[in-house]
Amino acid sequence: MFARTAWLIFRKDVTVEVRSRETLATTLFFALSAVLVFAFALVKEGRVVADAAAGILWIAIAFSGTLALGRTFERERYTDTLRALMLAPADRPAIYVGKLAGVLALILVAEVMLVPLVALLFDAALLARPVLLVGLLLTGTLGFAAVGTLFAAMLVRARSRDVLLPVLLYPITIPVIIAGVRGTAALAQPVPDESMAFFWLMLLAFFDTVFVTLALWTFEPLMTD
Amino acid sequence: MSLLQRAFPALLVAAMGCFVVAPYLIYQAPYESTMGLVQKIFYFHAPSGMMMFLGAFISGLAGARYLMKGTPASDRVAAAAAELVVVFGLIVLVTGPLWARKAWGVWWQWDARLTSSLLLWTMFMACMLVRKYGGPGAEKLSAAVALFGMANVPFVYVSVNVWRTLHPKTSVVPSLAPGMRGPFWFCALTFLLLFLVLLSVRLRLGEQQEELETLYLDLDDAPVGA
Repeated sequence: MFARTAWLIFRKDVTVEVRSRETLATTLFFALSAVLVFAFALVKEGRVVADAAAGILWIAIAFSGTLALGRTFERERYTDTLRALMLAPADRPAIYVGKLAGVLALILVAEVMLVPLVALLFDAALLARPVLLVGLLLTGTLGFAAVGTLFAAMLVRARSRDVLLPVLLYPITIPVIIAGVRGTAALAQPVPDESMAFFWLMLLAFFDTVFVTLALWTFEPLMTD
Repeated sequence: MSLLQRAFPALLVAAMGCFVVAPYLIYQAPYESTMGLVQKIFYFHAPSGMMMFLGAFISGLAGARYLMKGTPASDRVAAAAAELVVVFGLIVLVTGPLWARKAWGVWWQWDARLTSSLLLWTMFMACMLVRKYGGPGAEKLSAAVALFGMANVPFVYVSVNVWRTLHPKTSVVPSLAPGMRGPFWFCALTFLLLFLVLLSVRLRLGEQQEELETLYLDLDDAPVGA
């Protein structure tokens, strides 16, 4: 029942997105614009500052992820369907998991475009250790989206939700950003530091465990009036 | 928390007394050999930092309790403690750079402890912002942010620590000489008393606000002319 509810909500979000392509198109283009802005800030005399590629990648993920989170719930608010979701005789945590999966899928699609783009534009060997990189991206995005989905759902009713979401999300997801950036930078070095990347991967996995548990536990009381 | 409120006069007197004695003890404490006079800021800086972490811990636990049980009293504790994190954090973040400028020659260093304190402060600042501008259900979200903030402290500390050790820099963190230990713990006690006094005042304010709101609502419900 739990998995089925989550799956149905995930499928609903994907269907809406596939038909409109609104969030995906805007998020992808936003990510591209963010990368360009960083290029002008961090490329000096045609050369990229050391480790810049990892930083640019993760900041682009965090920024476009925030945008995707906001849009996903803005749509529910606009059509007043969040109330319908909450009235549905389903487990609240299952609704959370479904929403989280939708957001996660969206950000992961953006990453599929972002990683080669950043690797190409900044001449970074991001794909030297693909398995570890995928691990970092998956765990990092999960941690970011887990906290973000909870806060975005809760902020739907707030007037200043657009600005409050990053204000809440960024300080709490700083460990994700540090682990993502340092882990990716360790992999993109001329001699990849696998043990360092693995340490960050483990930290991210631990972060995910703690925060997904906390989010599942607090989603129900948070979404009850 | 009524115990805290009953003890309020005693706490207030004790805190005031301690703040009178503290400067004398700090004056008496031996000079630190490399930093001299400026090191004395430490006696107020470090206890404020300790109270900041205590506040975060109390706020997180009270937030968790509020989410679980929904008692208004735990919400008031979470709110009061979150404000104290911001206040003591501000003391830490102002006295820290003043000390650092003299001791290390720079206003700020991306050192593990400094960065963690700054991040903890931003988390509880966000907690207060959401309480004020969060719209309906803001107290619950604010409680969740406090809980997440508390749970995040070890992650922030570990990640910032490892991030920093990749670029080692020398820092002159003094080990505590025996003559400094007494005054330091006395100052820690002083700040703990101040923390409790402020917490108690803030809790009473919250209670009175709530009472006032109930009275207003009763007035609205009363029949016209009654």
